[in-house]
Amino acid sequence: MTIPTITNPAFNEAFYASLQTPPNGERVRTCLQCGMCSGVCPFGYVMDFPPGRMIAALRSEIFDRVMNTDTVWMCVACYACTEVCPSGIPLTEKLMTRAKEELILAGKVPAELQLALENSQRYGNVLGQSPRKRADWAKGIQATVPVFGKEKKSAEVLWYVGDYASYHPRVQATSRAFAKLLNALGVDFAILGPEESGDGDSQRLAGERGLFEMLAAKNGQAFRKYKFNEIVTTDPHAFNALKNVYPTLGISFPVRHAVQFLAEHLEQLKPLLRNPVNGKITFHDPCYLGRANNIYDEPRALLQALPGTELVEMSHSGKTSLCCGGGGGGMWLDGFQWEKAHTRTSEWRIREALAAGATTLAVACPYEPPRFEDAIKTIREASGMEVRDVVELLAESME
Amino acid sequence: MNLIVPIKMVPDLVEELVIDASGAQLDPEALRLKLNELDEHAIEQAILLKEKGAGQVTIVAPDLPDIDDALFTAAAKGADRLIKLTGNWGNGVNNHALARVMANFIKTLRPELILTGVQAHNDLDGALGPQLAEHLGMAYVGYISGVTLANGHVRARKEFPGGLIAETQVQLPAVLGIQAAEKPPRYVPISKVRATIKTAQIETFPAAELETAGAPLVVRLFQPEAGARATMLEGDVDAVATRLVEIFKEHGVL
Repeated sequence: MTIPTITNPAFNEAFYASLQTPPNGERVRTCLQCGMCSGVCPFGYVMDFPPGRMIAALRSEIFDRVMNTDTVWMCVACYACTEVCPSGIPLTEKLMTRAKEELILAGKVPAELQLALENSQRYGNVLGQSPRKRADWAKGIQATVPVFGKEKKSAEVLWYVGDYASYHPRVQATSRAFAKLLNALGVDFAILGPEESGDGDSQRLAGERGLFEMLAAKNGQAFRKYKFNEIVTTDPHAFNALKNVYPTLGISFPVRHAVQFLAEHLEQLKPLLRNPVNGKITFHDPCYLGRANNIYDEPRALLQALPGTELVEMSHSGKTSLCCGGGGGGMWLDGFQWEKAHTRTSEWRIREALAAGATTLAVACPYEPPRFEDAIKTIREASGMEVRDVVELLAESME
Repeated sequence: MNLIVPIKMVPDLVEELVIDASGAQLDPEALRLKLNELDEHAIEQAILLKEKGAGQVTIVAPDLPDIDDALFTAAAKGADRLIKLTGNWGNGVNNHALARVMANFIKTLRPELILTGVQAHNDLDGALGPQLAEHLGMAYVGYISGVTLANGHVRARKEFPGGLIAETQVQLPAVLGIQAAEKPPRYVPISKVRATIKTAQIETFPAAELETAGAPLVVRLFQPEAGARATMLEGDVDAVATRLVEIFKEHGVL
């Protein structure tokens, strides 16, 4: 890596100023240089400039040196740094994301990420699948899944399915399970089908703000065509976007994550849960359910309602949960990150689940089943460990 | 230097291909078009040359659905002039017709170097590049993966099968069929494309009369059919896999 000796103070100043916007952006000036952010970051040790050093570079007016490195792409936008910062600096939302935005504007985009962004742009989904086939996962299943515009014009609940839950063969199982639960609870719901686009939140946190806004606008248009009381989704990234970011673009609808929705229906659900679960379950708090949105109790309440559950906790749990590695673009930087780190946080997590004595790893995010199941394949002692979304465990218990 | 990049739109294979009632062409209703992938490389190569000081890049395209997106994206990457040719294109025409129309128009631009994708997945009647070169009386070299400009000529890296690479010196004006740009096509952020849409102009010119002669006529289009000696295994994945293993064993492969 060559670091240029000529620096660009004007760029430094403009970048520093761009961070100091509401809410809380000005707090970047109060950084204590304590290094907590860099220490807690799951990949801080491989970054040339972990968050604390990025701020030090800004203060020294040499931020363009950061732009000449590529290890910002190790950031998985997991909010671990933001959570521990004693000065309350929005590190994930502003510093790391803005740095990625500048890299993208400068054309410094890792090839894997580029493909994901181009797919989102052209097809409205990151997997590059036909947008016309977005609702195909619901074909030929027992549960009925009405589509807005076809079977219904209005419903109580608009189920926002999301990219992975629509197209990824493993995650489609979560969608089928949630459809079964909604049917069993007698919920009046519908999905958008081909009118739905990816939520764009991870693209935003990977620095492609314009793409996020384009996808949000498409979804906003689709939402406004139909009548519903609230949006429910099994995807914490979509939940985060709809709850916290879409409203800043004028797209404001009440939204809940599936675990919140189901926890509210727990009493109705309990008598339906008949089959006992064998072994011990541990819950992996998804970053965008936990740290980003403070939802910790509902998924655990649901898991405890399963007959025969023994819930155990991993060493990193709740606010200290360890990212699966998929956030902030990490989902589309697997090869890049492997080259830098030669390890995956998903593998680290599986070892933690093993250490906790768990036989089932429960999750609540569509990125996680494929990531953790792949990690299990690489760890001999973990063979036999099951990965299940909370909604899958509930649906299986109903059988 | 005047760099011209003729591009074409091709069916997007992510969508299901449906054969229409005539049985001889794809159903236009089910079709979604996208820029030919190798034309993206031709655009990238032209812009890389421009960035090395080569001159102006002009993109020329038939006026087909979604072409504006492709043109504005090229402009956001660095193309200078965007031109679409209007005419009775339907959902695309054969390369004989396209080459005639393109050559006819490109002549007026006084081209010095023409870069185009070496092939497209819907080329039924030969690639566009050599036909263009023939109509324009220029030299053609295809399967190029790297171009350097020198005084009045280009040095082009040409890939041969078996891992051989030749460096060819080509006198200008010439047509090059691009297999791969020196660098993979760049990403342009949506914000840049949006800004370009506000500032860039797409110029429109009428295409000359389409003349399709010389190309083969498609009489029947169909999905691959099982041959007499082929056995199609039906059933779910497990059943098919089990049967496959049995067959391998029967033939002594396993």
